[in-house]
Amino acid sequence: MTTSVQLSTSEPEIGESRFTMSPTVRNILRSRMAVLGLIIVSSFLFISAFAPWIAPHDYDLANLSMARQGPSSEYILGNDELGRDMLSRLMHGARISLMLGVISVGIGLAVGVPMGIIAGYFGRLVDNFIMWIIDIMLAFPSILLAILLVAFLGPSLENAIIAIGILSIPIYARLVRSSTISNKEELFVEAARALGAGNFYILRRHIFPNVLAPVIVQSTLQMAVAIQAAAALGFLGLGAPPDVPEWGNMLQKGRNYIFSAPHIVLYPGLATMLAVFGFSLLGDGLRDALDPRLRGSR
Amino acid sequence: MTNFIIRRLLIAIPTLIGVSFIVFLSLRLVPGDPARALAGELATPEYIASVRENLGLDQPFFVQYTTYMGRMLQGDMGRSVRSRIPVTEEIRIRLPRTLTLALVSLFFAAAIGIPIGIASATRPNSWLDTGSMIFALLGVSMPIFWLGLMLMAFFAVILPRALGLSGPIFPPTGSGTWQHMVMPVTALAASSMAIQARMTRACMLEVLQQDYIRTARAKGQRESLVIYRHALRNALLPIITIIGLQFGTLLGGAVLTETVFAWPGVGRLLVDAITHRDYPIIQGTVLVIALGFVLTNLIVDILYAYLDPRIQY
Repeated sequence: MTTSVQLSTSEPEIGESRFTMSPTVRNILRSRMAVLGLIIVSSFLFISAFAPWIAPHDYDLANLSMARQGPSSEYILGNDELGRDMLSRLMHGARISLMLGVISVGIGLAVGVPMGIIAGYFGRLVDNFIMWIIDIMLAFPSILLAILLVAFLGPSLENAIIAIGILSIPIYARLVRSSTISNKEELFVEAARALGAGNFYILRRHIFPNVLAPVIVQSTLQMAVAIQAAAALGFLGLGAPPDVPEWGNMLQKGRNYIFSAPHIVLYPGLATMLAVFGFSLLGDGLRDALDPRLRGSR
Repeated sequence: MTNFIIRRLLIAIPTLIGVSFIVFLSLRLVPGDPARALAGELATPEYIASVRENLGLDQPFFVQYTTYMGRMLQGDMGRSVRSRIPVTEEIRIRLPRTLTLALVSLFFAAAIGIPIGIASATRPNSWLDTGSMIFALLGVSMPIFWLGLMLMAFFAVILPRALGLSGPIFPPTGSGTWQHMVMPVTALAASSMAIQARMTRACMLEVLQQDYIRTARAKGQRESLVIYRHALRNALLPIITIIGLQFGTLLGGAVLTETVFAWPGVGRLLVDAITHRDYPIIQGTVLVIALGFVLTNLIVDILYAYLDPRIQY
């Protein structure tokens, strides 16, 4: 006990500490930017988890006498167009953004990863067909496909989540396909096949674990994309119903008061930017940590 | 080369067919009866029936699709439900405005982003490098429309007030003069500029590690010549690809920027059509933007093969 304390104080370098840390964690902590990302994402998660308890006011309580008031000591970030507390709304908005990001990324994973593995592993006709679908999806500029889908499905939070999830399918499919292709030529796959392993076993046991690292990295980055896309859909009035404190929604409502009360627009945008920034930094850091070859390639 | 171009064009055809199919299918996604949705809430059953017949919704599915494609190939994308103006006409008027916005943004994004990228790559880990990387990341993280709104507040209220002026410095909405373009272009160019700066940095760093750079330095070549003649020329290839791909992204981003600044382009047309459930317009604009995107990617592909002699075709 005493020796370990002495060691860690005399050698403050993270990489040299006595704690047994996986190289991945060590690499992440070594990059200042990734640590910053980790801090932002953790605070985001914390606020999302505890919003009802840490929010200073009722997020839904309108008070017209306080409408469009700037920041004050009681309402730190001011009040929105109906006099509701901006800070509390932003905190609850973090929950919605997080849920939205997780579910839509989940949709992308659930559809995109199998598509990519199947295309990459079986090749030929299956590959051509799947890649054709992927190419079509990629033929729409990112946000446009989501707009099209929501415009026709009808604007709602659920449809926005589905649309954003669909957006990430081609990204996962392509990523997983290329790492599957490089993995299936490996000796361990050949060995497994020689031992009589079936396709499904090889996919599950040998291919899937090896495509996992890039998928984890991409999912972190994809959270950033999802939060940004959700804000855009909300801003166009294609997201959650008007009273839901979704950040994009708040931007859309506040837009009419941009000249008289710009703070209503300022904070939801800053929150969106910060969340996106945090997930991007963390994703970049994770990639560098998991795959040193790619360091600095973005 | 000709062979490559023809082959590449042929590959694009199934993609385009798929795109048109998705856009065609989108009308089937409308909850309930699309004819009723198009005719409006108060339509009589006879009118709904006539709309259905007009749209060919009483025909078998593939007949519908081929009719739709046949009409489209003749430049007939239907009429706006609201204004009764042909969709092609609406798009023909508005598309040049969107293209202007996207091209000007692309120009400024490249003109500023690429030099920043070169500067940070030649001085890696300096304050300039770190600063521009943080700046670039923030630029990518920012919602375009939010930046637009902030610019509006800044140039129309905050700055004039600080300077004691009575009116906005740049007109916040509309189009017509170069002043009208300042804010939309800034909002649209910001993230593209950030991406180009980061890509340029990454490409330059990679090229600067090549043997021929060491050779050039070893033979006593001036550093500026090493950077511009040896490194930049080779780094430029992937950068050109990124610029091309950015153009498509800008077309998509224009939807948001045009909404913020009331810029009368295709993006604004699309958003208005969504608000008013004007389905023919939605289909037409989405199809045109996606077409533009596919064509740009095609051109980038061909240009890349043309510029890089190492690529076999």
